[in-house]
Amino acid sequence: MKNSVNRELPDAIMKDLDYKPFESVDFGQPEIQRHAPKVRATTGTDKVVDSLEKVVTENLEDGMTISFHHHFREGDYVFNMVMCIIIDHGYKNLTLAPSSLTNTMNDIVIEAIEKGVVTNITSSGMRGTLGDAVSHGALENPVIFRSHGGRARAIESGEINIDIAFLGVPNADEMGNANGMNGETAFGSLGYALMDARYADKVVLITDNLVEYPNTPASIEQTQVDYVVKVDKVGDPDKIGSGATRFTKDPKELKIAKTVNDVIVNSPYFKDGFSFQTGSGGAALAVTRFLRQSMIDNGITASFALGGITKPTIDLLEEGLVKRVMDVQDFDKGAAHSMKLNPAQQEISATWYADPANKGAMVDKLDVVILSALEIDTDFNVNVMTGSDGVIRGAVGGHQDAATAKLTIISAPLVRGRIATIVPAVTTNVTPGASVDVLVTEAGIAINPNRKDLLETLKSVPGVPVYTIDELQQMAEKKVGKPEPLEFTDRTVAMVEYRDGTIIDTINEVKD
Amino acid sequence: MANEERLRRTMMFVPGNNPAMVKDAGIFGADSIMFDLEDAVSLPEKDAARYLVYEALQTVDYGDAELVVRINGLDTPFYKNDIRAMVKAGIDVIRLPKVETADMMTELVGLVEEAEAEFGREKGSTRVMAAIESAMGVVNAYAIASSTDRMMGIALSAEDYTTDMKTHRYPDGAELEYARNAILHAARAAGVSAFDTVFTNMDDPEGFYRETQYIHQLGFDGKSLVNPRQIEMVNAVFEPTEKEVLNAQNVIAAIEEARAKGSGVISMNGQMVDRPVVLRAERVMRLAKASHLLDAAGDYISNVKAANSQEGGKQSEK
Repeated sequence: MKNSVNRELPDAIMKDLDYKPFESVDFGQPEIQRHAPKVRATTGTDKVVDSLEKVVTENLEDGMTISFHHHFREGDYVFNMVMCIIIDHGYKNLTLAPSSLTNTMNDIVIEAIEKGVVTNITSSGMRGTLGDAVSHGALENPVIFRSHGGRARAIESGEINIDIAFLGVPNADEMGNANGMNGETAFGSLGYALMDARYADKVVLITDNLVEYPNTPASIEQTQVDYVVKVDKVGDPDKIGSGATRFTKDPKELKIAKTVNDVIVNSPYFKDGFSFQTGSGGAALAVTRFLRQSMIDNGITASFALGGITKPTIDLLEEGLVKRVMDVQDFDKGAAHSMKLNPAQQEISATWYADPANKGAMVDKLDVVILSALEIDTDFNVNVMTGSDGVIRGAVGGHQDAATAKLTIISAPLVRGRIATIVPAVTTNVTPGASVDVLVTEAGIAINPNRKDLLETLKSVPGVPVYTIDELQQMAEKKVGKPEPLEFTDRTVAMVEYRDGTIIDTINEVKD
Repeated sequence: MANEERLRRTMMFVPGNNPAMVKDAGIFGADSIMFDLEDAVSLPEKDAARYLVYEALQTVDYGDAELVVRINGLDTPFYKNDIRAMVKAGIDVIRLPKVETADMMTELVGLVEEAEAEFGREKGSTRVMAAIESAMGVVNAYAIASSTDRMMGIALSAEDYTTDMKTHRYPDGAELEYARNAILHAARAAGVSAFDTVFTNMDDPEGFYRETQYIHQLGFDGKSLVNPRQIEMVNAVFEPTEKEVLNAQNVIAAIEEARAKGSGVISMNGQMVDRPVVLRAERVMRLAKASHLLDAAGDYISNVKAANSQEGGKQSEK
């Protein structure tokens, strides 16, 4: 069968997994019955156990679904600690359902796949050796990729039914009150893990920092927690978030960032009380800097900044240019450490951030978002999942969710090295073109023809040439030529859900 | 000169052996792009760089930028092949380094002319410019600037010059005062463009602005640049004020009115408008257009929302 963005979907798998093809970015207002977790009533006064192994062996069974969060990013020790025990005890057929997988987890996941310990994975994304292994058919069943909002939705609906959540925290008291803000391994917002804490049947907190009871502020509450496990170290503080944020000096990135800012500032959304999301990465940080100056020059403040937060956004908060930071995760130490100091930096859960199936998510109120792309095609569809070799090397993240903003800007160079970024058709469709408004490149911008209003407003911004996206695609092709088409086998190795739970695309095994 | 009216605020150096920079050189809005085959390129890479720049000139769209190549000096074995390849590639301007005498330019022009004939380019279509890098060059600046009809401009190159003068560069630029003025006068007397030397410390935007404001005040056409990030900074300095633009528009309106009336004498606000005033007004309007200060109808845009957003720009310097 084909979905509405013309992607051929494998009928057997669609039927088997009870999936519907993607139709529209409009979620509508369905009535939804949520799933509820099992609760084993606890009346004791202490949930601390010393042996993680004991917790695993007494609770885990073959075939269960286990989850983790990725807030420790590349400094995570918890995932590998837990998975080693699981592999050593020879468990089979587990489903791995983390909020995402970072590179530091790759080796152990590959081992778990090879030994039959893990046979299903759902994640926001994967990179490096794991992405390569999956793209070469290592996993028996297709990976399910979900956006951060989509994962929240799937957890609420029971599509992801977490048996045990293993959640590393930089602090906890003996009853399980915990937050991400304090302690040596503080990472700031616990946003993604809050879903697991609310919906998993068993919640195991793992910490190296037991603090006095009651621990506040409590992002995870004792009412949700079954066990608190004390370990030596939950993470490497130096690898959790990058240190001092460095602004890009790359003149091309700066040029793109400045043009992104020109688009924002000349759009109808740049007015007092507007809201924005910029994400991480060099160009995004540069946009924040340009935007800051434009806000000062024009006397405009923002009501909120949303999503994954970096220090430059916190600087805007401290300067009074942004009133609230709605923070689902922190990308650097500056952002992570300010959360406990600044009440205007609000921790939000993944559902509050981006879930379409609730009574209103922050992205619904989002005016402007700047997103990146590995590829964007002439229908404005965006790929943030597979590389130019067809191999998985990315993450949906909040891309699909934030793209529902009123002004969605994709910032991307025409080409990267010898690879075109703007292509006739994306390898993997992750975010549908219907939710993308403007593409900004170093050569100029393209506006989605559905946005006639923006075409009119942005057609004469000084120094910002407007092209059709086909013209930009041809410019890119002129630079680097036409590549040979990628070759895939018939085997599906991953399904990409749209945030509403329909299938927007699939990823096949690469043919070498 | 055929194109003396062209704006040449920024002449951006691009190492001729760096494919990524050669490929992207057109996106930063430099008035002139100068591909370097000389100092930026090590000896083993000379041929590769020449080939790369040649191919880029055939395939990459550099928009409206004036395309310049700095060839290797006439005392090198690469000199003649550089000239032939670049003329064949259709380069706009050949820049000769370390020029000390008018004869060096005459010799260059002879070879350029031969190459034009060899590759079927229109005679005279390749222009030349001279980089002045020594006391001798400064003393001979006018003879050099007026040595050929093909001359586009002369440029001060301060690193070699200060060494030759037994000094080095200082923040206040006093050591360059004579050379700057001598080169500027030679250029103006010969009717060619004048370019100031590079400023290499990217971590000193204040020093860069100070120097650029100074050479703008003296009357240079523009500055040689080592980094695309300097382009907007130079353009900000060369950007005319609202008052200058409105005044220039009045002057041009007065000319048109006088022409319509068939009057040879132009007056504005009861005062005679003479030729220098008109020329200055036309230059201000070219600068205003290049600085995106005019709308489609040619009127001054009083509120350019994002114009001051450049980091380290004039506004944030305060």
